[in-house]
Amino acid sequence: MAQKNLRVMVAKPGLDGHDRGARVLARSFRDAGYEVIYTGCHQTPEQIVEAALQEDVDLIGLSCLSGAHKHLFPRVVRLLDERGAGDIPVIGGGIIPDKDISYLYEQGIREVFTPGTHIQTIIDWIEGNVTPREAL
Amino acid sequence: MYFSKELLDSCSSLRKKWEDEVRRVVEKHGERDKRFTTVSDHPVKRTYDPLDIQDTDFENDIGYPGVYPYTRGIHSTGYRGRLWTYRMFSGMGTARDTNERWHMLLKQGQTGLSTAFDFPTLMGYDSDDPHAEGECGRCGVAIDTLEDFKILVDNIPLDQVTTSMTINPPATVMWAMYCACAQEQGVPLDRIGGTIQNDMLKEFIAQKTFMLPPEPSIKLISDTVEFGARHVPKWNTISISGYHIREAGSTAAQELAFTLRDGMAYVEDVMERKGMHPDEFAPRLSFFFNSHIDFFEEIAKMRAARRIWANVMRERYKAEDPRSWWLRFHTQTAGCSLTAQQPYNNVVRTATEALAAVLGGTQSLHTNSLDEVYCLPTDHSVQIALRTQQIIGEETGVDNTVDPLGGSYFVEKLTNEMEEAAWEYIEKIDEMGGMLAAIDRGYPQMEIADAAFRYQHQVESGEKTLVGVNKYVTEEAEECPLLDIDEEVERSQLERLRGVRASREERAVKKCLDELRTACRKGDNVMPHCIEAVRNQATEQEICDVYREVYGEYRDPGLF
Repeated sequence: MAQKNLRVMVAKPGLDGHDRGARVLARSFRDAGYEVIYTGCHQTPEQIVEAALQEDVDLIGLSCLSGAHKHLFPRVVRLLDERGAGDIPVIGGGIIPDKDISYLYEQGIREVFTPGTHIQTIIDWIEGNVTPREAL
Repeated sequence: MYFSKELLDSCSSLRKKWEDEVRRVVEKHGERDKRFTTVSDHPVKRTYDPLDIQDTDFENDIGYPGVYPYTRGIHSTGYRGRLWTYRMFSGMGTARDTNERWHMLLKQGQTGLSTAFDFPTLMGYDSDDPHAEGECGRCGVAIDTLEDFKILVDNIPLDQVTTSMTINPPATVMWAMYCACAQEQGVPLDRIGGTIQNDMLKEFIAQKTFMLPPEPSIKLISDTVEFGARHVPKWNTISISGYHIREAGSTAAQELAFTLRDGMAYVEDVMERKGMHPDEFAPRLSFFFNSHIDFFEEIAKMRAARRIWANVMRERYKAEDPRSWWLRFHTQTAGCSLTAQQPYNNVVRTATEALAAVLGGTQSLHTNSLDEVYCLPTDHSVQIALRTQQIIGEETGVDNTVDPLGGSYFVEKLTNEMEEAAWEYIEKIDEMGGMLAAIDRGYPQMEIADAAFRYQHQVESGEKTLVGVNKYVTEEAEECPLLDIDEEVERSQLERLRGVRASREERAVKKCLDELRTACRKGDNVMPHCIEAVRNQATEQEICDVYREVYGEYRDPGLF
């Protein structure tokens, strides 16, 4: 179970409809005690950032399985910066080849979770790294 | 199953004795698990005997291959007449890249083509639309105009090779391009064969490649069915798909039930909207199933599918032509069963799943490549996957007899259980008012989400084993070479699209699109207008934008 009271967004940028992982995570986060906002598929980075600000989330988790992560994930981080919300941590998951992970870190993605990761591992990471934004 | 009373009596007493012995062994040594279940969490008994299938009627429930209800296959000679079609799903980069891969596969002994489009094409966007950024050519081939399509089928004799296209919201557009290419090759439409997936219901349920709301989506599908029946009689106008339902995390029984209920929704719509008799179009409906890792469950699912469909078509829709009763299907091995960890193990998973599909009586088969868990496969890994089918088909001898598992107490019982579970779902959906109403309520979506969630927890708790993931884990990463889609793909695709836009006759394009818009508003069949539009170099998105304008857009409700 989660200890912190967090608002977590699970988002699907890009055009792929592979939402099995995203939906299992959204439900697991809810079961863990977080408030969960799930965007559904086919969101542009602009839509994701807009929704994140409106919903005042503490974390954005991006899921992409189409291979467009190198384009989409950094764009979400950039847009958050532009809107003065660069403190909202962005994490990513999906089919991300090892060789792309360091690039995503450089672009400001805080953590990348690849297939086979335990849900509890992700929750532990959140507990250790994310704080409610009001508390800042 | 016509077992004599003596046999059943003797079976009962033998079984009792055996159970006593089992009790003793289990008390002393235990068993590996408390519950034995399929990958779908369906319980499996210690063993099966004639008592389990005493109510199964040989003639009405099992029978012979090629005979109603086709439990054992639709063809009387099974694979002895002709093997299944080796059909590898492929597409990447530009049309030229894909055309080269196709020629390579045909040279390697592949017998049918199957097209993977990139996401912008699948969603009805051109490569120069902002939605397409970063996605061009990445998960399949990018097609914007007829010029791309001509390159795609360059030197492919369309009167000899059948082609399947995995395309859904823009199915009318891609099919129109195929028809236009055939006509350019001088091949009349009644001589081309192939399949468009064109199954929108499973998109709303599972795969999420959607564009228009459900009602107009179904209308466009019925247009293709009607157009096919009149002008392209060898074309399968819908490939009613369970594959993606399963990949989204459903159980085998859910895949079976939702797929067949989707099929029934299409039959009903064509009958009502077009006033056609099932025998005019049902023989060209085809199906597409997943073959997951649980060997016997898959075989039982496929056998049950044929039996249910035959019954539904004959009894519910009063089809009279036996070809309307046939459930013909393509199979793909389960992408979701593959693991990124120790990827070479995926060859073994795929081979097992392919064998199940063959014993289940598939008409065509795609075998996943070991690296498809990461991205599109390399030439070498595709070759291994294709060879897997060829070894099963031409070395193992499993296809020497038809339905070799028919009569197995276990397989017959499991087939019955699959059928019962599917009927339960089908009747529930009937009560809701049909599949559209059920989707509107989120019913199939949430059933699948529940199953996916349950399975994930079973993997994480170790209740279900995934070799290399939660058992037999190795510290060192096992790497395999991956296919890289060059950034150059996007650049050259955009250049070709710009070229087409610059050189085409704008007035003619506008006229075609206006006519298409009018047809949409009037409820006419869109296909002839689509063909005319693509011939005049209208882009895929321009046609889809007409649809969006007239019919509106569908957004993911984001259920979880």
